[in-house]
Amino acid sequence: MNFTQMIIPLNITKTISDWIYSIMPETAASYTIMVIIAVAYLALFAVAGLYLVLLERKVAAWFQLRIGPNRVGPWGLLQTMADALKLVSKELTSTIKIDKFLYNLAPYFVIVSALMAMAVFPFSEQFQAFDINIGVFFLIAISSIGVIGILLAGWSSNNKYALIGAMRSGLQTISYELSVGLSILTMVLLTGTLQLSEIIEAQRTGGWLILQGHVPSIIAFMIFMVAGTAETNRAPFDLVEAESELGAGFHTEYSGMKFAYFFLAEFINMFIISSIAVVLFFGGWLSPFGITENIVWFPQVFWFLIKVLGLIFLMMWFRWTFPRLRVDQLLTLEWKYLLPLNLMNIVLMAIVIWLNWTI
Amino acid sequence: MSYFSDIYKGIKTLLTGMSVTGGYFIRARKGAITQQYPDNRETLKMFDRFRGEVVMPHDADNRHYCTGCQSCEIACPNGSIEIIWDRAVDPETGKKKKKIDKHIYHLSMCTMCGLCIEACPTDAIVWAPNFENSVYDRSALTKVLNQPGSSVLDGIED
Ligand code: SF4
Ligand code: SF4
Repeated sequence: MNFTQMIIPLNITKTISDWIYSIMPETAASYTIMVIIAVAYLALFAVAGLYLVLLERKVAAWFQLRIGPNRVGPWGLLQTMADALKLVSKELTSTIKIDKFLYNLAPYFVIVSALMAMAVFPFSEQFQAFDINIGVFFLIAISSIGVIGILLAGWSSNNKYALIGAMRSGLQTISYELSVGLSILTMVLLTGTLQLSEIIEAQRTGGWLILQGHVPSIIAFMIFMVAGTAETNRAPFDLVEAESELGAGFHTEYSGMKFAYFFLAEFINMFIISSIAVVLFFGGWLSPFGITENIVWFPQVFWFLIKVLGLIFLMMWFRWTFPRLRVDQLLTLEWKYLLPLNLMNIVLMAIVIWLNWTI
Repeated sequence: MSYFSDIYKGIKTLLTGMSVTGGYFIRARKGAITQQYPDNRETLKMFDRFRGEVVMPHDADNRHYCTGCQSCEIACPNGSIEIIWDRAVDPETGKKKKKIDKHIYHLSMCTMCGLCIEACPTDAIVWAPNFENSVYDRSALTKVLNQPGSSVLDGIED
């Protein structure tokens, strides 16, 4: 570990952990720390999710030549906070014919799987809760658990619109999971490791992976962004909750805070997809050309967030530009275009690495 | 090789779309179309084609163009216009002539379809850009369009 680069907040966490270890037996202390980290992450990303919602609304407004929320707080900064408060205070209604257990379970499935993926991201060199050696694999696995929550929500609502939405979600996730996985695999060929911190380490000297792998990397990036947008069920792939056809899709029957969980999960998922892309293609927390490499106090997390916000903006740009796809177009895009291209791309990447054509 | 040209065309058209919306995004700060209504109440000007309510313009001598022909009343699909008319003796010719007593317009029933305005042969009624139409009592929405004591402009029938 590189202690010279340690920034002040991490000193605080170290002090806290030392203190906890000093007052408790070892096992109890490690469990306490786990719980503290979990709660901190939960709070952090719930708030981050709220601000992503605000960002989306502002960006959407600017795309449509509107102004966007600007009444609650300065520049509308407290708007989503107020919305969340309103949703918390609302009555949780449901229909009589729901499957109560599954109906109540579904939103937690979605939000927990979204928050769980957050644990493995290296936001900076030290700011990573859980650095496992199968990080990328873990992310793919976790990100497809969320769809079970959506299927449960659609099934247990006992509503035909919800069920159609949920089925579409299953269809979409099964199809696009392949492209997400294969495009990530293309990049893993280049790094030779699944551990996120090592993937970033591999980019410290050789430049960002999107440059190292040039043509196949760029193709992989494009495929990843398309498939990632589909994974998060966002427009133009929002058949799952197509308002004009299905009411609100799988969360038609949800109200209050349970609805808010689904809503928040969508935005956290968007953050996850962008974060994966940042780690795999744009060097994670590494600064461009190493410009802040030697500045000790400069928070590396800044670069990570800037890059993630850039990609999130790209996804919002997609959303407010493209019309929604039909189901058959959705499947044609995946099975006839993205998947064959992806397979070709993997071979291309293998050849590039074999012949040492990487930059 | 239409497969690859399809892909190329697809990406190209997508990028065209994105450049259009991207342009909007960049210009949005300057030209937002949102009217922040209660704040700019003094300066807010409605568009020319805005349909607020039907009014009857009067000139300085309190004259209007309405001959009482009732075309608007017949044209209105939901009976929002009622014309109460009368006959009066024309002082010049000495003949009896139709004239309006009250041109009654029920704003609460009006669908803003504009058929009455199209039907009027003398353009006596027009659209007003007034949109602050809420009142506390429904009867306040029944309006008499001709002002009290007004009369028809001479020679408008010809
Ligand atoms: S605008 Fe249409 S509904 Fe209203 S008064 Fe005229 S004809 Fe009737
Ligand atoms: S407003 Fe026009 S259409 Fe209606 S009665 Fe008067 S002249 Fe005829």
